[in-house]
Amino acid sequence: MIEVKNLKKSFGTNVVLKDINVTVKPQEVVVVIGPSGSGKSTFLRCINLLESITDGHVYIEGIDITDKKSDINKVRTEVGMVFQQFNLFPHKKVIENIMLAPMKVRNTSAEEARKKGLELLRKVGLEDKAEAYPDSLSGGQKQRVAIARALAMEPKIMLFDEPTSALDPEMVGEVLEVMKQLAKEGMTMVVVTHEMGFAKEVGDRVIFMDGGLIVEENVPNELFDYPKEERTKAFLSKVL
Amino acid sequence: MDIQWSILVEYAPFFLKGTLLTIGLSLAGILIGTILGLFIGLGKMMKNKFLSFPFGVYITLFRGTPMLVQIMLIHFAVVPLFTGGTNGIAAAILTLSLNSAAYIAEIFRAGIQSIDKGQMEAARSLGMTHVQAMRYVILPQAFKRMIPPLGNEFIVLIKESSLASLVAAPELMYWGRAMQGQYFRVWEPYITAALIYLLLTLSLSYVLSRLERRLATE
Ligand SMILES: Nc1ncnc2c1ncn2[C@@H]1O[C@H](COP(=O)(O)OP(=O)(O)OP(=O)(O)O)[C@@H](O)[C@H]1O
Ligand SMILES: [Mg+2]
Repeated sequence: MIEVKNLKKSFGTNVVLKDINVTVKPQEVVVVIGPSGSGKSTFLRCINLLESITDGHVYIEGIDITDKKSDINKVRTEVGMVFQQFNLFPHKKVIENIMLAPMKVRNTSAEEARKKGLELLRKVGLEDKAEAYPDSLSGGQKQRVAIARALAMEPKIMLFDEPTSALDPEMVGEVLEVMKQLAKEGMTMVVVTHEMGFAKEVGDRVIFMDGGLIVEENVPNELFDYPKEERTKAFLSKVL
Repeated sequence: MDIQWSILVEYAPFFLKGTLLTIGLSLAGILIGTILGLFIGLGKMMKNKFLSFPFGVYITLFRGTPMLVQIMLIHFAVVPLFTGGTNGIAAAILTLSLNSAAYIAEIFRAGIQSIDKGQMEAARSLGMTHVQAMRYVILPQAFKRMIPPLGNEFIVLIKESSLASLVAAPELMYWGRAMQGQYFRVWEPYITAALIYLLLTLSLSYVLSRLERRLATE
């Protein structure tokens, strides 16, 4: 589903990703953890080409997105992304936020897009906020709208970059709940998060990154309870 | 100071014609300047440094030199170069347009760059093209922020259109100067001109503040 081969990324002379190799299978939930600045966000953003790739290849369902001939906009419709800062469109109502991309990118009719949008809002528990503007929502509500907006394109893969890090603690649960539900429905997910509980409960695999490298990866229980690498142990002792 | 009302009455039709031309020059400058400004602003934002460089030079030249110098050059050198003769109105419109385009380009660029880059990323991550993201996500937000500085620029333009009197375009200030030349009076022509300019700029500010308020509540 996702295949990352020898991915390297630098910003000028700063080498941020050194040599990343990851395969994500359909319906798999992969959780990425690691200290600040280790390159987690950059890794995620390379998967849908929000960052240009310095070297290596990323295949999404067999399509090499580093190939100039690939239609990146088409690939991106298959890969939803949820950001730490929500990035809702403030000049549009909640329902319009969700309807915009299906209408403009997929030429879905307004009627159909609205119907689908309301369905998704029901799914994330925000049906009553359809006509509200993003500014009037709480952080947790904004993030759930952002998830609904990404789902409206019916992606096959969802990327989450610290989706709960900008939230007040009491709102973290409602967002994680939606993500758990998605995982249960079989969505393929790559999640960067500091929520170790979520990683243990939902993750099929945990990747620990440090210094632009994948230091260790394993099923959650193994990685958390029996880390092999010193750097993993040091990191886990700080966060657990 | 005794005001000679009779010469004011005599000049009233000229002031009226002059005011209409002032409005015309300003409108033309605003319209052409806005369209040119959009393109120059976009040009300056291009990632390719070689392509964006000339736009940067244009903006620097027009913002860094007095409009008086620009209008003289355009009137006595540029327009004759193309038409073989001089034409005050054409020179005035050209100068106002080219000059305001430089300022509007910067307003446009600043407006777009003031939008959080997460907005573009969110739009692109949904599969929108760059043009779609600009059109549906970035520009509507940027436009709102551009209205106050654009309004300012329009007001400046109305006032600067008075420079056209120096190249014999018969606008408001031209008739003020004509009146001074004929009667050797200064208070009557210039107070009248000042009041009319004030009326124009205040009306425009009023319209703009209404527009701003309407957009703010939307
Ligand atoms: N646009 C950019 N330009 C230059 N350097 C960047 C850019 N984005 C990220 N970096 C650098 O890349 C490195 C990795 O950043 P990244 O955001 O991927 O880390 P992260 O693991 O997501 O950290 P955090 O947990 O703080 O979000 C950092 O040193 C950062 O300064
Ligand atoms: Mg990050």
